Amino acid sequence: MKIVKPNPPKEDQEVASRIHRRNFLRYLGAGSAFLTAATLASGCHKDDDDFNMGGEGVSLGSGDIAVLNYAYALEQLEAAFYTQVVNAQFSGMTATELAYFTDIRNHEIAHREFFKAALGANAIGSLEVNFSAVDFSKRDSVLGTAKAFEDLGVSAYNGAGQYLSNTDTGKVYLGLAGKIVSVEARHAAYIRDLISNGTFAADDVVDANGLDKVRTPAEVFTIAAAFIKTKINTSTLPR
Amino acid sequence: MDLLNIFREIEKIDPEVYNRLDSRRNAMKQFTNLSGKIALTALPFALGSMLNKAYGQAAGTDVKSVLSLALTLEYLEAAYYSTALAKPGLIPASGTGAITTISKHETAHVKFLQNALAGMGGFPPSPTFDFTAKGTFPAVFSDYDYFLAVSQAFEDTGVRAYKGQAPNLAGAGTVLTAALSIHSVEARHAAHIRQMRKTRGTLGATASLKPWITGKQSGIATTATDPVYAGEEVTVQAGINIAAINNMGADSASESFDEPLTGPQAVAIASLFIKA
Repeated sequence: MKIVKPNPPKEDQEVASRIHRRNFLRYLGAGSAFLTAATLASGCHKDDDDFNMGGEGVSLGSGDIAVLNYAYALEQLEAAFYTQVVNAQFSGMTATELAYFTDIRNHEIAHREFFKAALGANAIGSLEVNFSAVDFSKRDSVLGTAKAFEDLGVSAYNGAGQYLSNTDTGKVYLGLAGKIVSVEARHAAYIRDLISNGTFAADDVVDANGLDKVRTPAEVFTIAAAFIKTKINTSTLPR
Repeated sequence: MDLLNIFREIEKIDPEVYNRLDSRRNAMKQFTNLSGKIALTALPFALGSMLNKAYGQAAGTDVKSVLSLALTLEYLEAAYYSTALAKPGLIPASGTGAITTISKHETAHVKFLQNALAGMGGFPPSPTFDFTAKGTFPAVFSDYDYFLAVSQAFEDTGVRAYKGQAPNLAGAGTVLTAALSIHSVEARHAAHIRQMRKTRGTLGATASLKPWITGKQSGIATTATDPVYAGEEVTVQAGINIAAINNMGADSASESFDEPLTGPQAVAIASLFIKA
């Protein structure tokens, strides 16, 4: 929408300059949903506030940046969770389990810091998490939450890939997301097997076509919201 | 005509827009012609199709060749597990459940990809396989440990091969999503097989064999499977030194990111098991 304005306000110009020019189609695509023949033909001088989807809280940005910030938010959640798992050590945690949970914590911290560095100035801040529903001293509580987070992460990455732009940079991001999601799937399989050996790819996550579960950002945030205190404005996420 | 502002605004962000559309003059001409002739309601579509031509991905050939490569790998895996399940005495009771689950998925992947390709003009038939890889793994269907070692290599290959093709499916919407959803299932399989092997502790599977890949270690006591893991040891991602984060070191850093295989690398691995 904004691109048809003869004189975009300053903030729009800033947005445009922040967007890699190859990403512009993505930008156009986001706005074009609102284009109608009437506004096109008549020009679009009127204020566009009608189309600024509202929402309070931390903004994820737009286009590929929004998708990367989405992943960054989830990795923050996972890294914080496993940091606490390793620190608290539920009763009966074996040496191998401690070693593997330490590995997983490191992987999630690697993912979190990777996104933070890759996003640079576009990165959202540190999220405040809420794990009051988790009893870190209890094996069942920790494993159940870990399973939920890992399956959620896999389904989120699987669902988000399609929202990255079909551009050189979008493809690089897609490749990087691919490098991470399979590691999340390995975690998910391990945690599931810890809960019940052989459930690494059970029918509740893999459908009759042999496809892993896919979730939209809205579905993911509905589940993740219980664990995140910081309010996130998800209105710029693709839906 | 404010419509032309669209091009002016696009030009600010992408100075090459007119090259993409062939030339500025033609683009303008094409567009003003269009807007004079067609109904107002069709304008957004006309604009969309012009821009698709300029920016859209090249015809469906990429998608087709990606899915054909995927189908070859799935043919390989599906035939491998169903042959193994049919060998009396190969798989002990403790492993039957997991191998049956994996076999079911690989067979489903074959059908899924065949259906997808059928809609694009047809799918290739299954090659004939030699799972001994011309004698490299002679005991693959008679010795459970060899069977599991090759299973691990297949699953980790699958993960890397799908990963390598994902960027070629950028913009392909549901096809990309489906490929990603197969990709993560292969990773779940790989993680489990690696644990099965670790429990048995044979053929190079030591306590250091984890559900995730450390460095480029195969955990398989043969160099024949090295190509499956070559390149997995990467610890720098998009210029960011992962090993330095929290001083986690090279092992955790390499485990944190699985690495892709190129199409030719994946084909080279699959070809070892295809009868000429």
